[in-house]
Amino acid sequence: MTAAETHLVSVEHVVKEFRLSGGFRGESQIVHAVSDVSFYIDEGETLAMVGESGCGKSTVGRLILRLAEPTGGTVRLEGRDLGALDKTQMREARRAMQIIFQDPYASLNPRMNVYMIIAEPLIAHKIYNTRAETENRVRELMSLVGLRPEQINRYPHQFSGGQRQRIGIARALALNPKLIVCDEPVSALDVSIQAQILNLLCDLQRGLRLAYLFISHDLSVVRYISDRVCVMFLGKVCEIAKTEEIFEKPMHPYTRFLLEALPKPNPHARKEKKALLAGEMPSPVNPPPGCRFHTRCPKAGEICRIDEPKPMENGGRTVACHFPGA
Amino acid sequence: MLEIERLRTHFFTSRGVAPAVDDVTITIPPKSIVGVVGESGCGKSVTALSVLRLVSSPGRIVSGSIRLDGEELLTKSGSAMRAIRGDRISMIFQEPMTSLNPVYTVGRQVSEAITLHRNVSRAEARDGTVEMFRAVGIPEPEKRFKSYPHQLSGGLRQRVMIAMAMACRPELLIADEPTTALDVTTEAQILRLMKELETAFGASIMLITHNLGVVAEMCDYVYVMYAGRIMEQAGVFELFDNALHPYTSGLLGAIPRPGGGRRRLFNIEGMVPSLLGLPRGCRFSPRCERAVSRCHEEEPELRGVAGEHSVRCFLYGGEGGAVS
Repeated sequence: MTAAETHLVSVEHVVKEFRLSGGFRGESQIVHAVSDVSFYIDEGETLAMVGESGCGKSTVGRLILRLAEPTGGTVRLEGRDLGALDKTQMREARRAMQIIFQDPYASLNPRMNVYMIIAEPLIAHKIYNTRAETENRVRELMSLVGLRPEQINRYPHQFSGGQRQRIGIARALALNPKLIVCDEPVSALDVSIQAQILNLLCDLQRGLRLAYLFISHDLSVVRYISDRVCVMFLGKVCEIAKTEEIFEKPMHPYTRFLLEALPKPNPHARKEKKALLAGEMPSPVNPPPGCRFHTRCPKAGEICRIDEPKPMENGGRTVACHFPGA
Repeated sequence: MLEIERLRTHFFTSRGVAPAVDDVTITIPPKSIVGVVGESGCGKSVTALSVLRLVSSPGRIVSGSIRLDGEELLTKSGSAMRAIRGDRISMIFQEPMTSLNPVYTVGRQVSEAITLHRNVSRAEARDGTVEMFRAVGIPEPEKRFKSYPHQLSGGLRQRVMIAMAMACRPELLIADEPTTALDVTTEAQILRLMKELETAFGASIMLITHNLGVVAEMCDYVYVMYAGRIMEQAGVFELFDNALHPYTSGLLGAIPRPGGGRRRLFNIEGMVPSLLGLPRGCRFSPRCERAVSRCHEEEPELRGVAGEHSVRCFLYGGEGGAVS
């Protein structure tokens, strides 16, 4: 067995480019959304994907689930190349991977009641033969996520945001997946509700040995929930390391800016002279040559403008920088 | 200096009266940043809109007083209010894309704000705008003057909004979730900019947010709102060091913190009550771990406990309440 096969999911040199249809002159442009990204997720662990809008973190999630076809590279689930599967095999593989979305208002069909929403994957995959069995499972899932099973016939608008997110989680759990891609699952929720959902996700992980790919821009949430963190910038991996290492000893300059920028809930920790990232995000249509971060990086040297740093692994952490270190 | 006193703004809906802001008193002293925090539906944005008299039907300011430097705003005529908005009090909103007009250049929109309130020529307004763009850190301000909103990033749009809001050097800037839609590095830039403007122009800021991190970084004094009421108010250090109200300490306990490891986050059970069916007694009592029978019967007053710290809870101050 190779190393790749021991991981639940391994993403190898994945590339995703989107073609923008050209302006009136008809020239088309290419958006380099994800460029040569590699990482793995083990069974039962949480890998957080962090980065700012447009860094490609959501696209990576969609590529794993094959909601988008990669332009290049390989995604493996338990060692099997998902790109090589035929339709029936892919259908089977999809059962192991589910997704929870950010906006619990937009991700549930308002015309379906809770039973129909949660039972949909069970029916699509013909898990049970009778309505009674399906309904039993739906009730079981509802109590698992902290919803009252007697609310089975209600519609999404009758629930609060936090409860709707629980419905989405129940739907994701219906087929006993091994991996759930959580795409900003608590960003739209109030702090007190956010805590309820984070606690629920932790409990479910422990009970069901789930792996999470937790996509988020909120570093305090990431610090709480994840085992390892992957920091992305403009389609590239900057750094992958254990959560404590990322927060205690960030190696990539971009990671340090992200941590510094985070507003800390402690007025005593106020700093007048925070080091802030200058300038604007470069365009993924026309990414800077060399290291994509060099235009905003205070440590950038001549080599950063010419040569793109390769992700280097050292002692379990991966850093892509010519001048890593604290 | 802004004084909001015993403000009530209610919404008269077909299903009943929703007291979105209910007996709220907030003071914003000169040259200070005052935070109003709370979860969705607590009344913080309606409070801000009430100050500008922009509450729309079925909402209505029912009673109270709002004074700017001692001048009552609630009795002002529509045109007198229009002269104040954008001049002495201005506001920035959460979503910079929807608050800018997509069919005019950003320069024109900011100049308009100046010509509306100042007796200046178009050229002078233009110069003022470019200067303001420079003050808020927009690169190449002359060139950006001619940009349309869609040509700018979220961070730049928010800078344009701030330039527009600050163009007439207002005494008070109301910022309603000004960084919620922005990325964390952009958020840090905008927060620093607001702090610098407060120092440079001497404006006060009423900062409305749900993010306690933003409060901790920015504010001098904080009001915590819940279901239309002020639950607790204190200086920012006092509030974070010595939160008294179970709701405030619940909110603080619910934020994941460094060093906390995987300990469970504090859960505030249940959810914010509907304004149309408020619980009897203390509005937080159904979700409160420390509620006693009295809390379900009568509502506590907002009482001073020490210095500038007040709390609306039977556990503190007042007679009959056990002080823990």
